[in-house]
Amino acid sequence: MAPNKNSTDFQRSCSCNNMKALILVGGYGTRLRPLTLNVPKPLVEFGNKPIMLHQVEALVEAGVRTVILAVSYMSDALEKEMQIHAKRLGIEIIFSQENEPLGTAGPLALARKHLAGPECNEPFFVLNSDVISDYPFAKLLEFHKEHGKEGTICVAKVEEPSKYGVVVYDKSSGLIHKFVEKPQEFVSNKINAGMYIFNPSMLNRIEERPMSIEREVFPYMANEHELCCMELQDFWMDIGQPKDFLKGMCMYLTSLRQRSPEKLLKGSNIIGNVLIDPSVKIGENCKIGPNVVLGPDVVIEDGVRIQRCTVMRKATIKSHSWLESCIIGWESRVGKWARLENVTVLGQDVNVKDEIYLNGVRILPHKSISTSVPEPQIIM
Amino acid sequence: MNLKAVILVGGPQKGTRFRPLSLDLPKPLFPIAGFPLVHHHIEACCRLKEVTEILLIGFFQPNDALRRFIQRERQEFGKSIIYLQEYTMLGTAGCIYHFRDVITNGSPDAFFLMFSDAFCDFPLQEMIQFKEKFMPYLIMTVEVPKEQSLHYGCAGINLTTSEVVHYTEKPDTFVSCDINAGIYLLNIDIFENIGVLFQNKHRPSLSDTSMEEVMLHVSHQNVYKPESTMGRISLESEVLPRLAGSGKLFAFRMDRFWLNIKSAGSALYANQAILELYKSSHPERLSDLPGCKGNVYIHPTAEVDDSAVLGPNVTVGAGVVIGQGARVKNSMILDGALVKAHSCILNSIIGWHCVVGEWTRVEGTPTEIDPNAPHATTDNFYLFDEQGRLRPSITILGRDVTIPAEVVIRNSIIMPSKELGRGFKNQILL
Repeated sequence: MAPNKNSTDFQRSCSCNNMKALILVGGYGTRLRPLTLNVPKPLVEFGNKPIMLHQVEALVEAGVRTVILAVSYMSDALEKEMQIHAKRLGIEIIFSQENEPLGTAGPLALARKHLAGPECNEPFFVLNSDVISDYPFAKLLEFHKEHGKEGTICVAKVEEPSKYGVVVYDKSSGLIHKFVEKPQEFVSNKINAGMYIFNPSMLNRIEERPMSIEREVFPYMANEHELCCMELQDFWMDIGQPKDFLKGMCMYLTSLRQRSPEKLLKGSNIIGNVLIDPSVKIGENCKIGPNVVLGPDVVIEDGVRIQRCTVMRKATIKSHSWLESCIIGWESRVGKWARLENVTVLGQDVNVKDEIYLNGVRILPHKSISTSVPEPQIIM
Repeated sequence: MNLKAVILVGGPQKGTRFRPLSLDLPKPLFPIAGFPLVHHHIEACCRLKEVTEILLIGFFQPNDALRRFIQRERQEFGKSIIYLQEYTMLGTAGCIYHFRDVITNGSPDAFFLMFSDAFCDFPLQEMIQFKEKFMPYLIMTVEVPKEQSLHYGCAGINLTTSEVVHYTEKPDTFVSCDINAGIYLLNIDIFENIGVLFQNKHRPSLSDTSMEEVMLHVSHQNVYKPESTMGRISLESEVLPRLAGSGKLFAFRMDRFWLNIKSAGSALYANQAILELYKSSHPERLSDLPGCKGNVYIHPTAEVDDSAVLGPNVTVGAGVVIGQGARVKNSMILDGALVKAHSCILNSIIGWHCVVGEWTRVEGTPTEIDPNAPHATTDNFYLFDEQGRLRPSITILGRDVTIPAEVVIRNSIIMPSKELGRGFKNQILL
């Protein structure tokens, strides 16, 4: 260990005004359909804020001034929206578009010119656009500078590690020994959390072709003892699927309760953590929560029971309906005495008639539903 | 014309498809549209000045409920109404033959014979007029789709004369779409026809050739049955086939709705049908509350919150409480039940003194009447299909069932006195 070198590096990075980050946006976000049929996944609101904005704002707070969005398709809506936020946050947002999907590593090669220049030797952040967390980027940067290796990845604890690739590492130093795909016997309960920081030298390992960072880059870095990991202490969730979106929402609200409880709604008809936009209208004799997010201009009529749901902008939930574990898309309407449960997801502008029962149903945008769907199904 | 009416009400061994609702009281007393099922039959008979006496025949032990019911009916209609108990199941012809002295007492010309599970708008006056032309035995028939006809007694009818020329009970293959609707107007001399059969059943060694023919219709077991069942004679299997083609049995073909109330599911249709009849027969019974859509009967002692929405086709029994913002559609809520706020009840029967929690959904699947078959009646399905799968049915909560808040009970049948801890779908809970 050479403490002097590390401390110099650390000071230099702190004085640097142009840290960079790359967000792997990728494709259409098919796993989050039907929400992502009308709205690019990064703009889908999570906790009343576009998913990507959670990430970008946390990066800005950690000193990032340039964000590269690695996309495999261009969306005018996304570009327009992100440029507004770039202006507001005083940062530069660059779109790096792949002509063919380049996997999880290829996009770094494509964006090489933005990430590293001859005069810049600053580390840069890389993250998957699906992960939601309290994003401890400053801590990650500090740890990365401290150990001096080429890269640091965040790892998160999971309940059932056998479904994932797990990370085996040295507890005290964080140095990664190996990765094990879907372990059949217990070796670790930590998995790659999709948030990284790398020195620019790492880019030499990557070619501009479809390439997996998990399989074609990390194992080699680990073999060379150039990859460390940092355990995430607070919440983490990959919210790429509706079920996990709701799980992540619960975690996010719990975290919000600890960090800024004043943002959560209080009232006699409110149970647990409920986050609403100030423009929301709530009727009488409702019972709301726990774990509910209501977007701008949402109307909740009288006698509604809603728990563990996200309701997007301008949606209306009519009287006496009952909702649990649902995502209600923008401008959708849920009729009186309707019952929606078990990860029912309504796309934009869906109309669910009175007295309808929907169990685990995904409904595509602009549909009108006038018969119950009692078993999980997709309504085209 | 001096007439009587005989209503066959069955007994505890019958009406099993009506469980669990018939576990607590005899099926003929099960309330439909606010009144016991057989009350509707009695009321129809009492409207006729020609009918002097109404006899209910069944094999229920006389009990308090039955006694009180007969007492109330007598008071309401001021006619002689009597319950006659069969000592054993005598069969549909055997039981009237057994009580023939009571029926013929007072020398009526003829009598109506009806089954308490046959239900329609009871065009009894029309039947009397019709019979004046076609003596001596009249049977009401309705037309149903081919597939359904096999479950009933099928009548071959001469459409010019209306004579029933052929009759087969529940045939294996198609005979006719005109089926026995379970309502008859019979001359008193019907007992002579039954008597001949009865005598021969007690003397199995026959010499009379015509009687041998009759015996062919009777299954072999019947001939050698012990003494106790020897008196059992079926009108449909034994008497009608013999009368058909004899120039005495005529069909009154009814072309309006008709229901056979066998399964509990068909009770909801009966409810709907009776409520519709109330429009002309008892408009005062239909609620005009602002929260009511379509035909709704609410017992005067029920408490329904102003914000609740009921109907169409809803009956709310005595002492029922319906909470704020509750929704009830195509359902019956029996006496003393509590339906809490924001709950939603669709196509279900909520038993006596049940409790349905807040925001709970109780939903069943009605047996659809095929809209393309003009004379289709309800299919009285058994609960399980040929593959042993439970059919989607209406939801029925037996007496004293408690359902917690915020759950779904769907296509399920819950036996009496259960306190559920969660929701259920497609279940029969013992």
